Amino acid sequence: MRIGVALRELHRSESAMAVELLRVADRHPEEPEIRHVARDLAEWSREHVREIEGIAPRYGTDLSGPEHPEPSEEGERELPGEDSDADLALLADLKRLYRLGGGVALDWDLLGQGAQIIADSDLLAVTERCHPRSVRRMHWARGMLKAVSPQILVG
Amino acid sequence: MPSRDPIAEPWGSRTPYGPGRRWPARVDLHLAEGVGPEDVDRWVPSASILHSNGDALDIAVKDGRIVGVRGRGEDRVNRGRLGPKDLYGWQANHSPDRLTRPLVRRGGKLVETDWDTAMGLVVERSRRLLDEQGASALGFYTSGQLFLEEYLTLAAIAHGAIGTNHLDGNTRLCTATAATALKASFGCDGQPGSYGDIDHADVIALYGHNMAETQTVLWSRVLDRLAGPNPPRLLCVDPRPTPVAAHSAVHLAPRPGTNVALMNAIQHELIRTGRVDHAYVRDHTVGYGELVRVTDDYPPERAAEICGLPAERIREAAALLGGAERLLSTVLQGFYQSNQATAAAVQVNNVHLLRGMLGRPGAGVLQMNGQPTAQNTRECGADGDLTGFRNWNNDAHISDLAAAWNLDPMRIPHYAPPTHAMQIMRYAEKGSIRFLWISATNPAVSLPELRRIRETLARRELFLVVQDVFMTETAELADVVLPAATWGEKTGTFTNSDRTVHLSEKAVEPPGEARTDLDIFLDYARRMNFRDADGRPFPQWHDPVSAFEAWKRVSAGRPCDYSGLTYDRLRDTGGIQWPCDAEHPDGTERLYTDGRFWARPEECESYGRDLVTGAPKEEAEYRAANPEGLAMLKAVEYVPPHEGPDGEYPFTLITGRTLYHFHTRTKTGRAPELRRAAPEVWVEVSAADALEAGVHEGDPVEVRSRRGVVRARARVGGIRPGVLFVPFHYGYWDTDAADPDGERDRAANELSATDWDPVSKQPLFKTAAVRLRRVGAGDGRPSPAPTTTASAPLDAEVAATRGRPDTLEEPDGGGTR
Ligand code: SF4
Repeated sequence: MRIGVALRELHRSESAMAVELLRVADRHPEEPEIRHVARDLAEWSREHVREIEGIAPRYGTDLSGPEHPEPSEEGERELPGEDSDADLALLADLKRLYRLGGGVALDWDLLGQGAQIIADSDLLAVTERCHPRSVRRMHWARGMLKAVSPQILVG
Repeated sequence: MPSRDPIAEPWGSRTPYGPGRRWPARVDLHLAEGVGPEDVDRWVPSASILHSNGDALDIAVKDGRIVGVRGRGEDRVNRGRLGPKDLYGWQANHSPDRLTRPLVRRGGKLVETDWDTAMGLVVERSRRLLDEQGASALGFYTSGQLFLEEYLTLAAIAHGAIGTNHLDGNTRLCTATAATALKASFGCDGQPGSYGDIDHADVIALYGHNMAETQTVLWSRVLDRLAGPNPPRLLCVDPRPTPVAAHSAVHLAPRPGTNVALMNAIQHELIRTGRVDHAYVRDHTVGYGELVRVTDDYPPERAAEICGLPAERIREAAALLGGAERLLSTVLQGFYQSNQATAAAVQVNNVHLLRGMLGRPGAGVLQMNGQPTAQNTRECGADGDLTGFRNWNNDAHISDLAAAWNLDPMRIPHYAPPTHAMQIMRYAEKGSIRFLWISATNPAVSLPELRRIRETLARRELFLVVQDVFMTETAELADVVLPAATWGEKTGTFTNSDRTVHLSEKAVEPPGEARTDLDIFLDYARRMNFRDADGRPFPQWHDPVSAFEAWKRVSAGRPCDYSGLTYDRLRDTGGIQWPCDAEHPDGTERLYTDGRFWARPEECESYGRDLVTGAPKEEAEYRAANPEGLAMLKAVEYVPPHEGPDGEYPFTLITGRTLYHFHTRTKTGRAPELRRAAPEVWVEVSAADALEAGVHEGDPVEVRSRRGVVRARARVGGIRPGVLFVPFHYGYWDTDAADPDGERDRAANELSATDWDPVSKQPLFKTAAVRLRRVGAGDGRPSPAPTTTASAPLDAEVAATRGRPDTLEEPDGGGTR
């Protein structure tokens, strides 16, 4: 069964998401809403990781991996100039979070489909708890981006 | 008439009444010493502007001066009663330190000038920035104390003529969460209930609402019910031993920041014990399944641990609510300024929807206002909404507004929600807002983390215009100071939190060259030469009456419909509740009596926001979830506060308003009786914590957070252990620190954190982690905190707070006993 593969991938992507959210929170200490909400959302990711760890043994999945996984897209620049300009870095970070978040949400979608076909109600319950939050997280990144970008682009 | 000491007896004598009866009148009167009622030349109708209750009163005028006030016995809001702030606050109008001429900064100092010079500078800077950067360089931060006509004008100028998204009111600090919670549950802003529900309720629940201090007259109404036959039972949620708590059947004092866990457990119990009106839920709401699922995780035992409460008390609270036949709930700053503000306030709405407690006498919810005219900033769109409860995210609403104003819709910014106050400050700090016009508010004392705010407002790159009545802590930092007329010196309308509109008429002339806020805004518009699509001057109105007529047109058809009101009707009748239109010529006491809401996707004011992340929802999402426009039950998980006590800072600080003062004491601090009743800042500490810290009543202590320090004398009282309270009104205008090098250690907001509810953007004043240190022995004097209120001392020796019996009360004897 390939469910294990999906679980492993989610374990990696949610862990990476937590790391990325905390990094973004630290990178913008003067933007309270970014800092605080990103931390709250990182806590969701950690909970999701625990959920995955709880259910993975049923599928004989080995979740060992790097301690602090790096998001796969990390290092890719989102916007030219983001290294030197805090505002551009903020936009870039939000874009990155949105894209990463989209990836994680898709992974949860996939896992949910898997859970349906094998009719594992516990696994389905896990995806029902985590998938909506992964979507909310993504919407947050987009909402923030829409709210702060106009001023940054003209300022 | 019997006389009363309004300082010692803030709620006055009782006129008991029973359920379903009319609240008996009691007319309160206070005149300056030596003036009798027969000496008064004129009585001019108005209402109180020093809190949000909207107490109707007449201003007594003699020889062109205000000499006192008298409650309006026939008015639906107060039936003649007046609170201490109403009775004494008007004296600030006469204060010799009123601003009477415009000031401009020259060589670093503010110097007097004339209006042409001052306005010339404002206009020149506005034009230059519009050319250089465009509308995004300009921001406006207004009050909760202007009149409807003035907010409408400001909103028209900012959103319509200039096209900036940066306009908010300090109602962001008081009532933003009320508005957001109402929109989240019902699709539109607007109070479902009425103050009249107190006359009918059998259970009244007060959530984070110390009504006894914030709305003294409304509390008198509750006390009168409590003193009458078949009194209601009260539930109080508050970490302090407020007068409300003292009268409650159940008092819960949760750990600050845990309201959502508590509310989830209460709903858990309502659902578990079958206290749900399933027919109402089925016919009128969406979201029940999700609510059951989420609250299922919050049995009272779990909440008990999070909130630091006995599970049994939570069950009692739920049983009280579950057994109510006519449930009235009120909510204020204990929820609005705390962690998960909107999420918690929405859960109160949920309780009413679950129990079908809406739209009939006694079954109401009052999401309260802090400021007297907060409701008008919301309606007019001066607070981060759009005029007439329009939805910024709905193009049809934008076109409709543009048509009403005869402007091109593209001129009205709607690419994102209007910028909220804290974000305006952040843009000013970062330098992309370069012009900030502050009217009738005092952010240098009222916003969180004052050091940061002072630095922002003092930035050289920021052109700061301050329009106010006195030289406030904020005005001191301005480039241009505009002297404004105030209440009693100008005409306009304002609306309290139960939608009651009052007319307030000009009674006397403003001092010196002070001008009304309406005149100032319109003068600016004319000097800027703003024009509508036909080239006519914009705004098209020119005085209070024409502004009110413009408002009637722009509000017609929206929930806050004023089209049936006129100044004459308000003058004759007193307060009238909106909507007031052809269909409801006498106004509307309760909304949603038919279980129909203003929530259809085409009409709703907002598509809502995620209750944890604050992300705005899009139309498609809203439509999918609520195609028919039912009320929305919204479930949410508990998220811990962002700053909690730790080893270094072991206490949680909560701050708040107290009985004798209002908004940074700018006015109330200038009324001698109010000032004497609470002359200095204080720190409330529980007996257990005081013992451990070696602190006695009156000892000087220091409270320190990661951001600043406050020094004051300790009041040992009944607050929840682990929690400290500091009243937030005290600033520096009346201290030595008013000079530049003076120490800033008195305002509670030196300590608070820059953090806000992601949903309503209301700053959180009730989460800072602090430590407490005794700085020396007291001199035997107790702390100057009032003994009449939540700050009552445990030490029985402390002398009671007193004034003088100088106010007259005339009960109409209409009690039911
Ligand atoms: S005290 Fe502050 S929060 Fe309360 S109403 Fe006044 S301004 Fe608003």
